[in-house]
Amino acid sequence: MRYLPLTDTDRAAMLEVVGARSIDDLYSDVPQEVWREELLDLPLHQGEIEVERALSAMAEKNLHGANAPFFLGCGAYRHHVPAAVDALIQRGEFLTSYTPYQPEISQGTLQMLFEFQTMVAMLTGMEVANASMYDGASAAAEAVLMASRVTRRRRAVVSGGLHPHYRDTVATYVRHADLDVVSLPMAVEEAGLEAEIDGSTACVVVQTPDFFGRLHDFSALAEACHGAGALLVVAVSEVVSLGLLAPPGDVGADIVVCEGQSLGNSLGFGGPYVGLFATRKRHVRQMPGRLAGETVDADGRRGWVLTLSTREQHIRREKATSNICTNSGLCALAFTIHLALLGESGLARLASLNHEAAQRTMERLVAIEGVSTPNDGFFNEFTLELPRPAEEVVDQLAERGILGGVPVSRFEPANGALANLMLVAATELTTPAEIDALAGALQEILS
Amino acid sequence: MSDVTSGGHRGLVMDEPLLFELDSGRHSGVDLPEPEGRTPKLGGVKERQSIGLPGVSEPEVIRHFTRLSQKNYAIDSGLYPLGSCTMKHNPRINEKVARLPGFAMAHPLQPPATVQGCLELIATLAHWLTTLTGMPGVAMSPAAGAHGEFAGLMCIRAALTARGDARRRILVPESAHGTNPATATLCDYRVDTVPCDARGRVDLAAFERALDDDVAALMLTNPNTCGLFETDTMTIADMLHSAGSFLYADGANFNAVVGRVRPGDLGVDAMHINLHKTFSTPHGGGGPGSGPVVLCEELLPFAPLPRIEADGDDWRLIEHDSDGAAFGRLRSFHGQMGMFVRALAYMMSHGADGLRQVAEDAVLNANYVLARLSRAYNAPFPGPCMHECLFDDGNLKDTGISTLDIAKAMIDEGYHPMTMYFPLIVHGAMLIEPTETESRQSIDRFCDVMVHLAEEARKGNLDLFHNAPRFAPWKRLDETAAARRPVLTWTPD
Repeated sequence: MRYLPLTDTDRAAMLEVVGARSIDDLYSDVPQEVWREELLDLPLHQGEIEVERALSAMAEKNLHGANAPFFLGCGAYRHHVPAAVDALIQRGEFLTSYTPYQPEISQGTLQMLFEFQTMVAMLTGMEVANASMYDGASAAAEAVLMASRVTRRRRAVVSGGLHPHYRDTVATYVRHADLDVVSLPMAVEEAGLEAEIDGSTACVVVQTPDFFGRLHDFSALAEACHGAGALLVVAVSEVVSLGLLAPPGDVGADIVVCEGQSLGNSLGFGGPYVGLFATRKRHVRQMPGRLAGETVDADGRRGWVLTLSTREQHIRREKATSNICTNSGLCALAFTIHLALLGESGLARLASLNHEAAQRTMERLVAIEGVSTPNDGFFNEFTLELPRPAEEVVDQLAERGILGGVPVSRFEPANGALANLMLVAATELTTPAEIDALAGALQEILS
Repeated sequence: MSDVTSGGHRGLVMDEPLLFELDSGRHSGVDLPEPEGRTPKLGGVKERQSIGLPGVSEPEVIRHFTRLSQKNYAIDSGLYPLGSCTMKHNPRINEKVARLPGFAMAHPLQPPATVQGCLELIATLAHWLTTLTGMPGVAMSPAAGAHGEFAGLMCIRAALTARGDARRRILVPESAHGTNPATATLCDYRVDTVPCDARGRVDLAAFERALDDDVAALMLTNPNTCGLFETDTMTIADMLHSAGSFLYADGANFNAVVGRVRPGDLGVDAMHINLHKTFSTPHGGGGPGSGPVVLCEELLPFAPLPRIEADGDDWRLIEHDSDGAAFGRLRSFHGQMGMFVRALAYMMSHGADGLRQVAEDAVLNANYVLARLSRAYNAPFPGPCMHECLFDDGNLKDTGISTLDIAKAMIDEGYHPMTMYFPLIVHGAMLIEPTETESRQSIDRFCDVMVHLAEEARKGNLDLFHNAPRFAPWKRLDETAAARRPVLTWTPD
């Protein structure tokens, strides 16, 4: 077997040193009745040729963003990832290293995490960021738990514009935390969020661009939150939008959580992704997750270490701020490299290209009879109102080989008010031919 | 002679500033087309001003991150003996197949009919996991081991609630990973610690005293973090089940028994499997991981969403369960697909026969290290061990040398240190897991170094230890100063 260096000669010699007659002796602590002599009913070993062939056959069954006109978003976006990103993250020193607990031989990962944290703080307009979470949804859930620790309050108000997966993840994380969550219904127009804030509210959770693609200035909401002693948590499920829009920190957010997939990470059928988590300096000791911090070595040279670990599970155990251990290190590296390549001007240009592609797509689609949009503002994704249930339309588009968007009903099948809504996203990769294909097919299906 | 150079580089060890200090102000390392210059349609929302991201060209970015990478230890460069972390070889075919466009470019919200290959892959991996563990089902969505623990305890709590049996306690052996008690807290359980006995196993009498009808579950790592098989697991399982409680297993150490022992046969009710340990997906400097959790019949109805079900020759993706008992959703979308592809490639490469050999070689390598080092270091528990071996600092008493000093001297010798000061049940713990992917020659060289260090410690060669590491890119870093005045981001002077 190509991954196992020991030979039978090695094994025999090693058993002798150990003082055992056979491997079975080493397993003498295992009760006889559970020891399996016979092989499990699974295929036997295979070479690279066979493995690659079998998995390629599965991969080839899928339509995807490289073989079909493609307009899906909803928290996962098709973007160009520069070739340099994948080349660098496959360097074995990054790919096959562990969490940097031994700083003297982990400065590569630690310095990168410090750069990642700095970039996330810049993008979100916050003072500190952690070394990553699993994804945007779990970061949002951790934000609600953190807001409750900071304010010592037990009520969270969640906007109906929050991605439903984020909303559901929040509900799971707080299920046993003695915390009330008031979730407003999913709706394109939302009213009454401020009215829900009271003296027991720990936080309000909102999103921009929201689930329906609309943009928000949360300044007034932030004032209302702060007036009542609550925190404002802003979620961003498309991080490229921060190349065009003012950072949530500038309008008074106390915690900002993002899905970072769009930079450096492929769609990958939903994971692994990278959650960004940023907040104000004064809350840092209540943050979940790892933090890289600057220090010096014995010669006075600048270097980095994991710090404030007394918040974490491996030190604090049941009193930790979170149970998270492994996070999204390599995805955070991909994010950092992509953003380093883009730089200030590249990110701004990328964001403009996305916004313009969405404008072009929207103009073509709303020109189709019976199709309209409720969005007056948007970034790279918007809602279409169709004359028929969107799920049928999306399925019919797929039959024509077009991945045309996401029916909102996928998230709330029983909510009739959402049935005719479809979310459509465009990015810098969307071509005129793709827009033609979608517009043509949609026209045909609806006529 | 001074070891300072005029420019800061030292041979192949390059001094590398922060990205922000390379900033040219103008560059971008990506040439994107010129936008048309349309008027933004932002609905009155403010545009951003400059936020200060650095501008750097592609060659500078490549050089920056290449130089950073060269300051990392990695499995690719040497033996990585971190106990309970299973730092085994990461095969590159796994990386290749994970990047097939059919997986890497598929969107999680495409109509299920267009992603049958993705669903087939997840279902196939699930079949391997349930077969290897002897369990009836598995929840695939947890993002890492701790996330899998969360899923498992949420199922247990939901099952107990459905029985009308509100319980408030979780038992955790004192040798457990820190994630176990932290997860129990997240599910609002009180954590009670169960001591270990003189053999390094759960103290059965103490466990029996702690067990009552308020105990929801015991979270047991088997093999445990002393590297020992928990010989009483089946008795413990029976006692838990008689008390109406569940046995949760932390599967971090499944590598020792894969293909030889099915946790389901031991009476386990739920167990997460770290695909980044036993099944070789890369650790990536701290993730991403993947932590599917296998579940017994009683817990399966409460498993999180989504689920994949066979429907004739097709695969269905179940994202809603309005009439059912699923406890909810743990994250966005369906799971760590990229890790699933890698793990399945690894399993198919080894097969049923190879996986069993993995376990046996891992256990043989660990026992070989135990035998070779047991005169130089004190082994608190007699062997045989499983896939890792534990030493304490008993033999270092009165030398003025600590476990930490040994670890830092190992760095000078070209090795990543073992897991240290964990598990907490022995003083100055050194937990060594060589894994099955080390050759005998590699392990011999490592053992020679470890024996040498123990001898130097007893000779009183304090300089060798207290100044270590001398040859690493950095000397010992001041962790206390970092925590006292945290500097967590770069700011311009």
